[in-house]
Amino acid sequence: MSRPELQAPPEIYYGDSVAKKYTTNTRVQRIQAEMTNRALELLALPPDGAPSLLLDIGCGSGLSGEILDELGHIWVGMDVAPSMLEIALEREVEGDLFLHDIGQGFGFRPGTFDGAISISVIQWLLNAETSSPLSAPPARLSRFFRTLHALLRNPSRAVLQFYPSSDDQIALVTSAARKAGFGGGVVVDFPNSKKARKVFLCLMVGEQSMPKGKDGVEGEIADEEAADARFEKRRQRLKERKGKKRNIKDRDWIIKKKEKYRTKGKEGVPRDSKYTGRKRKAAF
Amino acid sequence: MVRLLTHNLLACHARNCTSNNFPLELRDVSVALREADYSEDFLRGFIPRLEWPALVQAAKQLGEDSLPEEPLDPATATEEQLKALHHVLLEVHIEEGSMVCPGCQHVYPISNGIPNMLLAEHELARS
Ligand SMILES: C[S@@+](CC[C@H](N)C(=O)[O-])C[C@H]1O[C@@H](n2cnc3c(N)ncnc32)[C@H](O)[C@@H]1O
Repeated sequence: MSRPELQAPPEIYYGDSVAKKYTTNTRVQRIQAEMTNRALELLALPPDGAPSLLLDIGCGSGLSGEILDELGHIWVGMDVAPSMLEIALEREVEGDLFLHDIGQGFGFRPGTFDGAISISVIQWLLNAETSSPLSAPPARLSRFFRTLHALLRNPSRAVLQFYPSSDDQIALVTSAARKAGFGGGVVVDFPNSKKARKVFLCLMVGEQSMPKGKDGVEGEIADEEAADARFEKRRQRLKERKGKKRNIKDRDWIIKKKEKYRTKGKEGVPRDSKYTGRKRKAAF
Repeated sequence: MVRLLTHNLLACHARNCTSNNFPLELRDVSVALREADYSEDFLRGFIPRLEWPALVQAAKQLGEDSLPEEPLDPATATEEQLKALHHVLLEVHIEEGSMVCPGCQHVYPISNGIPNMLLAEHELARS
């Protein structure tokens, strides 16, 4: 099979059925979780553990965002595929979700985010989808990196894991990022393993030193079982946390909160109805 | 699920829209309230990044009038003030409605909590 990004535009490729299969596949879940954790390591947020405001670029159905939730970070995610976002809604991730094409650039005030991650996304920016020069890959890359650089604080980082199809693509992406003002470059984990090799574009705003890639031998995902066990444990914790959450924002919680507003004399509190606190379905 | 924190960071980025593009005006919005984890450190660190008057105005529009007109001072803000700020920034979610650019009038519709930020081809910034 050829690479997904050569088959159809992302919002078509990630339609309802692929989005569902992708999200429920435990192997995908584990790999995305691993790469997200590694990206966070490379992001090197301040060690005090206070929540950061992060951007999840190409957040999809929330597999990467869930890890940010678990660490207590506050995040905004964007994706161009409605079916993926719909699943993210169903999975009740905590981040704000935006329907957005990252090749159009971001509209955030400058210097507002503590960092950005992107897991398995930006290879999609390397394909032309229309014949217009404004939508050609160089224009899209430049807009993407320029506005990303602007929204980040100084100092901070953006770590973008992606699947380049050649070294030329790595060079193209890196040079577009440099032109936008970023320092840094590519970190390759397990460069000698066909299976475990992972490319992270590690971009820096402000003076910083470059992290190193992990090398082949020790981590070689040989230890799949141990990794699976760790992953399962985390999922369990996350589930528990979610269960707890849901209780407080259920119908009773909403009605109680509204009651409080009413007694405080606030106007415009919606009346209670059979729809109160009901889960909404996404529709686009 | 546009929280007021996020709304406070958003500016219109359509082509040539570089001034009078903030804050996006909220129209016909409905909100949902959802509890969020409170972090004092995050709030104190985040206050300097806020456009305070825009936040107060958006909060009022959504019926939240607990914020003072003057920006909080991160060093001296009391717990009560920070709790109020936490609620406004992170627990009030815009579910439906739209955000409109005060300059170019581009409408970003919000449906099921998800704002549609897609621009038309002719609105793309030249890069
Ligand atoms: C392999 S999925 C990864 C999703 C998520 N980061 C994860 O780790 O599970 C790639 C995602 O990139 C999104 N994507 C591709 N091109 C995009 C674009 N131009 N703008 C926004 N999202 C895009 C796709 O819709 C898809 O959800």
